[in-house]
Amino acid sequence: MKQVHEVHFITELFGKYDGSSLQSYLEAGGFKPLQQLLAGGSEKILKEIDESGLQGRGGAAYPTGRKLRQFLSEKAPRKFVVCNADEGEPGTFKDRELLRRNIYQVIEGMIITAVCTQAGEGIIYVREEYTNIHDHIEQAIESCYQHNYLGKNILGSGFSFELRLFSGAGSYVCGEGFAMCESMEGKSGRPRTKPPYVKQAGFLNLPTLVINTETLSAIVSIIRHGAHEFRKYGTAESPGTKLISVSGKVERPGVYEIPFGLTINEIVNGLAGGMKNGKKGNFVQIGGASGGILPARLWDTKYTYEDFSRAGMSVGSGAIVVADTETKLLDYLKVVQDFFNHESCGKCTPCREGNRQLRIIFDKIAAGTATAEDFYRMEIVLDVMGSTSLCGSGKTEVVPFNTAIKYFPEEFAVFAEFEKRAVI
Amino acid sequence: MKTVMLTIEKKVTLTIDGKKVTVPEGTTVLEAAKTAGIHIPTLCYLEDINKVGACRICTVEVNNRLQAACILPAEEGMVVKTNTSRVRQLRKHILALILANHDSNCPTCIRNNNCELQTLANELNLREEIFEREYARHVDDMSPSVVRDDSKCINCGRCVSICNEVQTVGVLGFVHRSDRTKVAPVYDKSLAELSCINCGQCIVNCPVGALREKDNTDLVWEALADKSKYVIVQTAPAVRAALGEEFGLPIGTGVTGKMVAALRRLGFDKVFDTNFAADVTIMEEGTELLGRIQSGGVLPLITSCSPGWIKFCEHKYPELIPNLSSCKSPQNMMGALLKSHYAKMNGLDPKDIFVVSVMPCTAKKFEVQREELEVDGIRDVDVSITTRELAQMIKEARIDFLRLEDEHFDEYYGESTGAAVIFGATGGVMEAAIRTVADILTGQEIEEVNYEFVRGMEGVKEARIKINEDITLNVAVVHGGANITALLDKVKNGETDYHFIEVMACPGGCVNGGGQPIVPDKIKMEINVPVERAKALYRADSAVKRRKSHQNPMVKKLYEDFLGEPNSELAHKLLHTTYVNRQ
Ligand SMILES: Cc1cc2nc3c(=O)[nH]c(=O)nc-3n(C[C@H](O)[C@H](O)[C@H](O)COP(=O)(O)O)c2cc1C
Ligand code: SF4
Ligand code: SF4
Ligand code: SF4
Ligand code: SF4
Repeated sequence: MKQVHEVHFITELFGKYDGSSLQSYLEAGGFKPLQQLLAGGSEKILKEIDESGLQGRGGAAYPTGRKLRQFLSEKAPRKFVVCNADEGEPGTFKDRELLRRNIYQVIEGMIITAVCTQAGEGIIYVREEYTNIHDHIEQAIESCYQHNYLGKNILGSGFSFELRLFSGAGSYVCGEGFAMCESMEGKSGRPRTKPPYVKQAGFLNLPTLVINTETLSAIVSIIRHGAHEFRKYGTAESPGTKLISVSGKVERPGVYEIPFGLTINEIVNGLAGGMKNGKKGNFVQIGGASGGILPARLWDTKYTYEDFSRAGMSVGSGAIVVADTETKLLDYLKVVQDFFNHESCGKCTPCREGNRQLRIIFDKIAAGTATAEDFYRMEIVLDVMGSTSLCGSGKTEVVPFNTAIKYFPEEFAVFAEFEKRAVI
Repeated sequence: MKTVMLTIEKKVTLTIDGKKVTVPEGTTVLEAAKTAGIHIPTLCYLEDINKVGACRICTVEVNNRLQAACILPAEEGMVVKTNTSRVRQLRKHILALILANHDSNCPTCIRNNNCELQTLANELNLREEIFEREYARHVDDMSPSVVRDDSKCINCGRCVSICNEVQTVGVLGFVHRSDRTKVAPVYDKSLAELSCINCGQCIVNCPVGALREKDNTDLVWEALADKSKYVIVQTAPAVRAALGEEFGLPIGTGVTGKMVAALRRLGFDKVFDTNFAADVTIMEEGTELLGRIQSGGVLPLITSCSPGWIKFCEHKYPELIPNLSSCKSPQNMMGALLKSHYAKMNGLDPKDIFVVSVMPCTAKKFEVQREELEVDGIRDVDVSITTRELAQMIKEARIDFLRLEDEHFDEYYGESTGAAVIFGATGGVMEAAIRTVADILTGQEIEEVNYEFVRGMEGVKEARIKINEDITLNVAVVHGGANITALLDKVKNGETDYHFIEVMACPGGCVNGGGQPIVPDKIKMEINVPVERAKALYRADSAVKRRKSHQNPMVKKLYEDFLGEPNSELAHKLLHTTYVNRQ
C-alpha cells in the first residue's frame, strides 16, 4: 500500500499559533480573508464558495454556496447565523478540535458568513459535554469584541455582528436545525414540521442559518487560498478535504484531515496505524450512529460522497468507527439501537414506535428468543421509519441496520436459527 | 371617492390521483384532496388546532416521494398520489405500530364505536396485529371531572394543543423522549392538583378512549334504587340540542320531549328544567348588574354560570374575582331551591331529596363538589352527569329512545322562557340579560327580542346598546380560553369600559361543552358542530310565547311566595356564592 499522509488545508493553522491569542492568530495570517471580503464585497466571496464546490459538513452535504445565497435572499430586520457545534454523533470529535485549536477561524467564518448573508446576530451552539472549552470560546469572542472584529461597525465597515455562545441541551436531536432553535428558545428540542424552513423561520421564528463548524472553517481557508487550491484535493464530485474522526479498534485513533478519495483501507491501515493489536478488521461504520456498515472485504471503497452513495451510505459527520472480528455485528447494532432509543425525541410514530419495536427485537436477540417473525417485523419497522419519519434522525437511523442486512445477511440467519431451536 | 382594495388570492393547480385541483396558495395537500372528494386519513390532525405532522398516517406520494399531507402546502404542478399500494402498505404499518402501543380492548372501551383509531383500522383493512404490544398502564382518576388513561393514549398531541393554545390553561404536555414519550399533566402531577379548569375540551377532541369524564352513573342508579330518596333530575339547555346525536340523529336535532320521556322511564321522581333556574339567574344577575351600575359598584360585572370559567378566573385572574357575579350557576340555584322551597311546598325533608343534574359539561362535576355550594350543610346538587352519561344510562336501561313519545317537564320547576334555553350558546346569557334589563330600565315591554350581534361564533363580540337617552350598556361576550385571556388582559389593564361581560370557558359555549357527544374530526371538518347545535336552541327560543325571563309565571310566583325580591336576603343565602383565590 502506498504511503498516505494527512493534508492540512482546513487545519493549516493547527499548532501554528497559540490557539487562545487573537494577536498570534493575526500574525499567522488570521482575518486576512475577512479583510478581503470587506475590501472586495460579498459577491466575489460567494462566487469563490460556489466554485469551490464545498458541501455542508454537518451531514446533509448541501452545497454551501447555494445555501448562503438562499439565506441572503431571506429579508428580515433580524437574522441569525448559528454555528452548529453540537457534535452529537457518536464517534465524532472533529468539531471539538476546530474549536479547541483554531477557534478564531471559526469566528472569522461566522463573521464572513454573516456579512455575506446580511445577518446581524450569531450564536455558537456548543455541545453541553464540551464545557471544558466554553471558557476558551468565550475568551476568544471577548477578544474579538475588544478589537472590533465583533460588535458595532466592524473595522469601520459599517457592518455589525453580535456573537454569543449557547451551551446545548445535551440531546442528539438538538443537532437538527429546528430542534436546535427550539432548544435555544428554552423548549424541549423537538423537530418542527417543514415548511417553513429554518432559513425562513428558525430561532425566535426569524430567518436562521444553521451551519456546521467545519463548513465555517473551510469557508475561511477557501477564501485564503482560493477555490482552485481547494479543488486540487478530492474528486470532481467530492472536491476538497474533509476532517474525519477515526475511533474503535485501530492503533492511532484521532482526527485527520484527508483529501476525498482515499480508501477505507488507506485510512484504517495507513493513517490510523492499522488494526489494534494486529486483529482482523470486520467492518467500519461510516458517518456516525446513523452511518452505514461497510464490511472489511469492501474497504477498498473510496471515501467520497459518490462512492458511499453507491454503497447505500453517506459521509455523514465524518466519523469512522472500526470494528475487529471480536466485535459481533448484532451486539454492535444493539448499542446503536440503544443510542437511538435514548435520543429519539418521540414526536412521530415511525421513530418513536419503531424504536420501541427494535428494542423489543434486539432484547429478544440478546435473550436468544428471536424468531423469523421478528426479522419480518424488523424489516417492516426499518421500511416505515426510513420512509415516513418526520425528521432526518428517524429517516437515517435505518441505514446501519439496512446496510448490515445487505452486507452480512448470514448474521441475520440467527433469527431462523433461534426459531429452529425454539421448536426443539 | 371610495377606494376599493383588491386582494388577489393566488391559486395553485395540482394533480391529485389524476384529478386537477385548483386551491388558494397555502392550502395543504390534505385540504386540497378534501375539495376533490378524497379523504386522506388523519389521527393527530385537528383542523386549525393541531397540525404537527406527528402520526404520519396521512402519508402520500408527492412527485414520487413520501410526504405527510397534513402539513404539506400544495404547490403548482405537484403530482400527488394518495392511493398507491405503497401508500396503503405504509399506512397499515404505521397504524400497526400505533396499535402495538395501545390497549386495544375495544369492547370495554368508552369509545367503542366512536373511536377514530378503531374506525381507521377498520377502513384501512388492518386485520392483524403485526407487532408485540407494549403500552403504559397509568390511570389518573383523581380529578372529579377528567380521567386520563395512558394505556389508550396514542401521543397525538391534540389535547396538548387544545389545553395550551385553545384554552390557554396549559396543564398538559409531552414528557420524556423516545419510546418513553408520553402526554401527561405537567410536573408529573394529577390533573386534580393542577390549574386544570375541568372544561373537558381535551376529552371531546381526543381521537381515542384516553380521556373521558369521571363516570358517576353508578351514583345515579344507586339513588334511583333507593326507596328512601326522592330523586329529582334537571337538564341544562344544551343537553337537548345534542343528546339525539348519541342515538344517530343529525347534529342540531332538538330532542327535549324524548329526553323528558326517557328520564321518566329511568325512574326519576320529578323531571325539571335547569332553564327555570336560568330564568332565576337572569333575575338575580340582572338585578346585581343594575345595582352595581346605580351604586357605583365594581364593573364590569362578569357572568358566573360557567364553572370552567370560574376556575380559570380563580387561577389566572384572581384580581377580577370582585367582578364576578355572586350568582351561583343555574344548576346550583336549582338545587338550592329544590331543597328549600320545593321541599317545603311538598312537605319533603331536604335530606331525602337527591338532585341529579344532566349537563353538557364536565366542569359541573367539580362545581357540585365545591365547599361553598351548600346551604345549612345540605349540598345543592348531589351528582352531575354529562350528556354522554345520560345517553349511556338510556342505552343501558334498554330504552328505545327514537320511539319515545314526547313528554313535558313537570310543573313549576319545568316552566321556562325562550331566554333561558339560549343560555346554552355563546351570547345566550347576554341576550337573555339584555331582554330583561332593557325592560326594567325603560319600564316598558320592548318588542324586539332578537339581539343578533351577541350571537355567532366570533371569539369576542362587543356591543354598545343604547337603552334610552341616558343609558348605554357596553357589553362583551367571549368564549374559549384564548379569547378570554386576550379580552381579560385588556379588562385588567383598564383598557375597556364594559358594564357586563359574558364568559364561557368552552369555545362556542355549552353546546360545545366537554360533556357533549363526541364528534370525530372527519365530521367536524364538514359540519360546524356548535353552530348547528346552537340553531336548535334558537329555534326553541323563537317557538315559545314567553321569551323574557321576567315573564316566567312560575319565577314570578317563586319571588312572590318565597324569595321576596331578587337579591333579597333569602335569595342571597340560597342563590349566591363566593370564590377562592387559587393563585
Ligand atoms: C438528528 C440530527 C442530528 C444532527 N446533528 C448535527 C450535528 O451534531 N452537527 C451538525 O453540524 N449538523 C447536524 N445535523 C445536520 C444539521 O441539521 C444541519 O443540516 C447542518 O448543521 C447544516 O450545516 P452544513 O450545511 O454546514 O452541513 C443533524 C441533523 C439531524 C437530523
Ligand atoms: S424522526 Fe425521531 S427524532 Fe425526528 S421527529 Fe420523529 S421521533 Fe423525533
Ligand atoms: S381507544 Fe379505540 S381502538 Fe382503542 S380500545 Fe378504545 S375503541 Fe378500541
Ligand atoms: S379539562 Fe380543560 S383545562 Fe383540564 S386538561 Fe382538559 S383541556 Fe386542559
Ligand atoms: S390523551 Fe388523547 S388527545 Fe391527548 S395525546 Fe393521548 S390520544 Fe391524543
